Amino acid sequence: MNDILLSAKNLSVRFGGVLAVNNVSFDVKQGEVFTLIGPNGAGKTTVFNLISRIYTPTTGSIDFMGPDGMLKLTEQPPQSVASLGIARTFQNIELFEHASVLHNLLIGRHTHRATNLWQDLLFTSKVREAELKAREKAEEVIDFLGLQHYRDTYVAGLPYGVRKVVELARALCTEPKLLLLDEPSSGLNVEETDDMAFWIQDIKHELGITVLMVEHDMSLVSKVSDRVLAMNQGEMLAMGSPRQVQNDPGVIEAYLGSVDDVSSLRRKASGHDTAVGAA
Amino acid sequence: MRFIFKTDYAQDINLAKHGGHVFWYSTLMVLLIAAPWLLAEYSLAQLNLVLIYAIAGLGLMLLAGFTGQFSLGHAAFLGVGAYTQAYLTGIGVPFLLALGCSGLLAALIGIVVGLPALRLKGIYLGMATLSFGFIIEEVFARWESVTGGNAGKSIASIVLFGYDIGSGVGFYFVCLAVTIACTLGILNLLRSPTGRAFVAIRDSEISAQSMGIHLAYYKTLSFSISAALAGLAGALYAHNLRFISPDQFNLLQSIDLLLMIVIGGLGSVHGVFLGAIFLIILPQGISAVKGFLPELIGQAPGLKSVIYGAVLIAFVLFEPMGLYGRWLKVRTYLQMFPFYRKGMFKRQKSFQKSDRLK
Repeated sequence: MNDILLSAKNLSVRFGGVLAVNNVSFDVKQGEVFTLIGPNGAGKTTVFNLISRIYTPTTGSIDFMGPDGMLKLTEQPPQSVASLGIARTFQNIELFEHASVLHNLLIGRHTHRATNLWQDLLFTSKVREAELKAREKAEEVIDFLGLQHYRDTYVAGLPYGVRKVVELARALCTEPKLLLLDEPSSGLNVEETDDMAFWIQDIKHELGITVLMVEHDMSLVSKVSDRVLAMNQGEMLAMGSPRQVQNDPGVIEAYLGSVDDVSSLRRKASGHDTAVGAA
Repeated sequence: MRFIFKTDYAQDINLAKHGGHVFWYSTLMVLLIAAPWLLAEYSLAQLNLVLIYAIAGLGLMLLAGFTGQFSLGHAAFLGVGAYTQAYLTGIGVPFLLALGCSGLLAALIGIVVGLPALRLKGIYLGMATLSFGFIIEEVFARWESVTGGNAGKSIASIVLFGYDIGSGVGFYFVCLAVTIACTLGILNLLRSPTGRAFVAIRDSEISAQSMGIHLAYYKTLSFSISAALAGLAGALYAHNLRFISPDQFNLLQSIDLLLMIVIGGLGSVHGVFLGAIFLIILPQGISAVKGFLPELIGQAPGLKSVIYGAVLIAFVLFEPMGLYGRWLKVRTYLQMFPFYRKGMFKRQKSFQKSDRLK
């Protein structure tokens, strides 16, 4: 039990009449890449928003291995999630647009701030020291993801692919234990997706950060994931290795429809046959 | 064209990024200190007003330009500062203590106003602060025992360490000192974690929160610092005019303040000062050209408001980055001559942000 980092138990969320997530339970183990897959509207991002405390589950709970042992994540205020060691990226990039890349990464260091308002106001030597330290850490992340080129560029002028990487960098700057990646490869071209796959593996192996991601690109999923959870319409379909999940009949049905469905779409052959017979 | 080769993180942190900054800001400092001997009495009084408006503008800039929270009731904070100062110096409290109290009281009221801001956004926040402004203006008019009501209240000149420093040179230096202190404070905030948290909230609340920024705390903080600066400005404003009445802190004053920072350039500290200079010079300019206009236009009652409105619309349409943005363009043109291109400052439209109310 000791190697479990995050454990979701019987999560359900109801938005009015919509049951967005229905009785979902899973464990994320320390040091693995755990992927959520599923068709659009399956509730994957909702699960993410539950973990990052943007939503509160209607029923169920999430436990997280914090610095002082297991704690109920669902009882924490949203802004504490980052300091517990959970960082995330967003599906529709949510960067600080009117600030430079370095500035964005420094905001990622917010949970590590060591100074208070009055020290900041006077810019004491302690603030200066902390600023230098924050920059060193940001620089490490810049080196790790190869962002040297864009260090002082404003985010508003960056191409989409780079923004994705900057967002990943900002999340890494918080020095998380668990990294939530919401569709890391969406909008990226083939090469950028390959880079992303490398980085996710590096994050896991070199930095030892556990990754929980939502992803649609199955080649990326099977390349980097240790375990996959497939969801459909808010419910769990299958869990296991990427291969197991890909071959699960329920998953295939969710993506492609069942055999019955397919036959119902086929043109009726019988009428044609009789017509041929009559001729 | 200047290229800065950074070899040290400290270069990123220092206020003066290169020798040019040191030179020009020192020159500005020397000119400001020499101003009482360079300028005529009237111009000095105008410069005083510029400094006072700049202090209030710094506060509003922090709130609107850096935290993304608009306030249409900022004149109320100016008024709170002014009346606190008038009342306290009236009962014999020393100037510096009264100044501190003015800032503090405004900050406390700022916190109270900041609380609804946690739930409101964009135009709704504008409406909430607007009505707050009306309420405070009404309080000024009705609470006659303290504020003197609509009859107004007069205030003595500043007595500092036993000396009556009057209204001329001495008062100018008080304003200058307060302005410099406030500017340095704001610049320090902006290069430290607190200021970055403000900017984060402005650009994306949801990701600011997921980076561990306590939205409620920082929004309230921004409101209170902003109100404190407006309060300080109000205190000096009261000393400057020697007479205050509730109608000086009405909606028009709030709009003037907002106009100032939008014209100066949202999101830049330079913009505050450029905007303040513009705000003070514009009425002078209008009265200067009034004589040359046909009587029907020149003597029309709403001329000033029409021109203000037109200027604001023109800025929003043609130079959203304000006077400071224009200055950046001019500077780049000169630095890069003859290689400046027209589209250099055009930014790509941001992705998927069209539905966000800025």
